[in-house]
Amino acid sequence: MSIMEYNGGSVVAMVGKGCVAIASDLRLGNQALGISSNFQKIFPITDHIYLGLPGLATDVTTLKEQFRYRVNMYTIKEEREIEPEAFAHLVSSTLYERRFGPFFIEPVMAGLTKKPSGEYKPFIAASDLIGCLNFAKDFVVAGTASSKLFGVAEGLWEPGLEPEDLFETISQTLLNAVDRDAYSGWGAVVHVM
Amino acid sequence: MDSSFAITGKGYAIVAADMTVSRSIVKMQYNEDKIKVLGSHLLMAFSGEPGDTVQFAEYVERNIRLAQIRNTYPLPPPSAASWIRRELADSLRSRSPYSVNLLVAGYDLSTHEPKLYWIDYLGTMATVPFAAHGYGSYFALSLLDRYHDPEATVEEGLATLRRCIDEVSKRLVVTPGKFKVKVVDKNGVREVEL
Repeated sequence: MSIMEYNGGSVVAMVGKGCVAIASDLRLGNQALGISSNFQKIFPITDHIYLGLPGLATDVTTLKEQFRYRVNMYTIKEEREIEPEAFAHLVSSTLYERRFGPFFIEPVMAGLTKKPSGEYKPFIAASDLIGCLNFAKDFVVAGTASSKLFGVAEGLWEPGLEPEDLFETISQTLLNAVDRDAYSGWGAVVHVM
Repeated sequence: MDSSFAITGKGYAIVAADMTVSRSIVKMQYNEDKIKVLGSHLLMAFSGEPGDTVQFAEYVERNIRLAQIRNTYPLPPPSAASWIRRELADSLRSRSPYSVNLLVAGYDLSTHEPKLYWIDYLGTMATVPFAAHGYGSYFALSLLDRYHDPEATVEEGLATLRRCIDEVSKRLVVTPGKFKVKVVDKNGVREVEL
């Protein structure tokens, strides 16, 4: 019994052409017993950033509240919204603060960065439970179905997907991976930016 | 070994908890009230490690009361549940954590909706239409999947709860005995006999 698999749940994020998508299941369980089929693990951080927090459910809520606090403080001090790259490092340092008694969460981020030309550049990143960042160019996965998500995403994802096709790709990836994982499922949610 | 259940319906929430206090294989008491009334429209059923339960429940009770005295208005159910969750989550990573599982039920006077929160000793919180803790949850949850109706009247809700208690009494090796049942709706909190 691993503490990372105690409550179950999975998150996946993907890059498209000028767009990003992030999706998760909605299950909250106590090992094999399902408790809730409406447990959100993806949270909006700014208008251009979403954060997914799969892992131990108590830490999902605690970290959600902690990031809300820290992003609010950043916004007030800097008098501007936080950029996805800066937010990824905020996530990393927040987790590394607890290096020897970690939060049992593997965060997944998706966002859009505004370029000087005015167009938006897609951004995704994932981290382990102590804040080691992974800036991927294609897709990132985390949670109890991560091994299955890797396989399906590897098969379905392709570069340059338009928003509609990206939605279909990420939805099918999540749904098919989650169907092979007893600890994930019970509904799903997809966000496309 | 204690079991507690809660359901929401049309404009109300019902909470039920068994009334036995046991130590090892011996039943020590039959009439313990394990549902605290935290305010005019807020209930909390607690179970878990004996000692921790009452200690934590009284700590919550006094702090919810303090919030009401300070702010004139009582904490609405979502705020109260968030505060309680945070206390458990912080306690989990302290030197002496509380092992207490809770069902927090209330009627939100600002949205005119019943609210139910499932909270465990880790500080895991879920908003749910029905919930259970303890061995009873293994029987009651699947039964409620079949029979729970969010539009049911109080009478129908109590009948559904009766089914849960009957099922647990029938199938669980150790019968929980008597249950205390409390209802919260727009008129406040009241105790009912099943």
